[in-house]
Amino acid sequence: MPELGPGLLGLALFSDYTLRTVALGSAALGITSGALGTFAVLRRQSLLGDAISHAALPGVALAFLLTGSKAPLVLVVGAALAGFAGTLVVLGVTRTTRIKYDSALGIVLSVFFGFGLVLLTFIQRRPDATQAGLDRFLFGQAAALLRRDLITQAVLGAVALALMLLVWKELKLLSFDPDFGQSLGFPMRVLDVLLTSLLVIAIVIGLQTVGVVLMAAMVIAPAAAARQWTDRLGLVALLAGAFGATAGVLGAVVSAEAERLPTGPTIVLCASAIVLVSLLLAPRRGLLWREARGRRDRRRLRLAAVLEDLWTLEQQHVDGAHAHSAAVLAVMSGGAERSLAELEQRGLVRRVGEDWALTDRGRAEAAARETR
Amino acid sequence: MTPAIQVEDLTVAYGEKPVLWDVDLDVGKGVLMAIVGPNGAGKTTLIRAILGLVKPAAGQALVHGRPYGEQRNLVAYVPQRGSVDWDFPTSVLDVVLMGRYGRIGWVRRPGKADRAVAREALEQVGMSDLAGRQISQLSGGQQQRVFLARALVQHAEVYFMDEPFQGVDATTEKAIIELLRALREQGKTVVAVHHDLQTVPEYFDEVTLLNVRRIASGAVGEVFTEENLRRTYGGRAAFFGRNGA
Repeated sequence: MPELGPGLLGLALFSDYTLRTVALGSAALGITSGALGTFAVLRRQSLLGDAISHAALPGVALAFLLTGSKAPLVLVVGAALAGFAGTLVVLGVTRTTRIKYDSALGIVLSVFFGFGLVLLTFIQRRPDATQAGLDRFLFGQAAALLRRDLITQAVLGAVALALMLLVWKELKLLSFDPDFGQSLGFPMRVLDVLLTSLLVIAIVIGLQTVGVVLMAAMVIAPAAAARQWTDRLGLVALLAGAFGATAGVLGAVVSAEAERLPTGPTIVLCASAIVLVSLLLAPRRGLLWREARGRRDRRRLRLAAVLEDLWTLEQQHVDGAHAHSAAVLAVMSGGAERSLAELEQRGLVRRVGEDWALTDRGRAEAAARETR
Repeated sequence: MTPAIQVEDLTVAYGEKPVLWDVDLDVGKGVLMAIVGPNGAGKTTLIRAILGLVKPAAGQALVHGRPYGEQRNLVAYVPQRGSVDWDFPTSVLDVVLMGRYGRIGWVRRPGKADRAVAREALEQVGMSDLAGRQISQLSGGQQQRVFLARALVQHAEVYFMDEPFQGVDATTEKAIIELLRALREQGKTVVAVHHDLQTVPEYFDEVTLLNVRRIASGAVGEVFTEENLRRTYGGRAAFFGRNGA
């Protein structure tokens, strides 16, 4: 609804039943996938999320074929079982064959997804019309969210987050130094399975809204953006949850209002915008910040160079406070004019007619630098 | 008296290739022991097998007379510094606190007492000022000292260290040496994988020369001989030649 301002949008959120459902559901999925995605990103397992979400598609289709029901819980359980089966196949393949982890992920992702597409096509060719709508699991459709979907998402998300908080310390150990954790007696393989299960939950509750194709972005993007802003694990997870919720709500509301705009891509675009801003602007890690610091360092070095040049020149004269032209200094270190002006402001050099000389403070500073 | 560590017939294989072959080892209490040998000799694997991190094909390892699984509280572990991601979003104090997790147990969080113990350990390794520092901002030597502090808070009897001197500055090397001696003073046992042959006699009481098999083990003065070193390091070419690796 481009003609509405943010205030009116907010008003619409609370008055419009559909919009409220959409926004709350998207917030739930964003918080859950963002917070749990933090561990996936830190453990360099971002692509696991992609494999899980693609692997979930045949689960949705099979759950419908077997039960004939489109109840959210039924479909979500189907998706979760298939997603979990996918991760087990990945683990099995890497343990028993020489195929590497990334290849195993690729194989599982494409085989499961392909099978899911075949099942979806089969379902849609059936004569009765009750099956309509399953294809929204591909790219997501927030506008079709119902109250019962919202409740399923919120409850599952809350359970996953509560479990995460309960074993927070153990998950930190798993992510930072699993060997050490194992030596302390914590079963790292069990914790790995637990974390993966939580990730499966986070992913399946987003499938209906975001779709299997792009759900992985909701696991990766918020955590990657959050990591830019803070060096504390708890804050990374908190921020990632907030970013995920923001992207989810914005994207879902926009797509629910606009005709035929798929929700998944819209949400993912919002998440990407947050990532872009974080990559550019975050203090210390952001590109702009690092560029600015580089400039500051270079300028500081130039100032020091000019000061030291003046000092060196002065040493070659008997009369001490000898003045030199900017041209001489420019030969020794480039860009002398601007540096001289700034040094003058700081009271380290002074003008002597057309030329420049060190002040007493400048001389002390240069001498101190040389002995350093 | 029960030795601190008893290893019997320990054999570990990755696939067809034996990494450790029929290794016996006894380490007495209060001993500083170095494990030396060429790359691929199985030094790290020996420690990992004793700690149950890799499953041996045969043999067993006892700590203070019992399997490791029953003696976790008696053992501290300092893995190789390079085995973790130092860009992980956490602080120095937080990493040291991880050494308490085993005693704290599931679900419960570190408390005030744990924090005090962690700060004390940081002081012991000369890192008190850096407790709140993000770990990505540490030098190699500081990273190593954080790992040592994490092992100290385990309040163990036996310390396994994997290359504690690898790539550290002179200050850290000195700090580690003082720490090792302090541990010996308290009757603790330290087994450390070590690379610098020159410092073995100065830093350690006993040494084990390892190259898949145990070549020799005992007091530095007795077994750290040219003959044994040649057997350890010179035998490598023949071994690899046979396996074509």
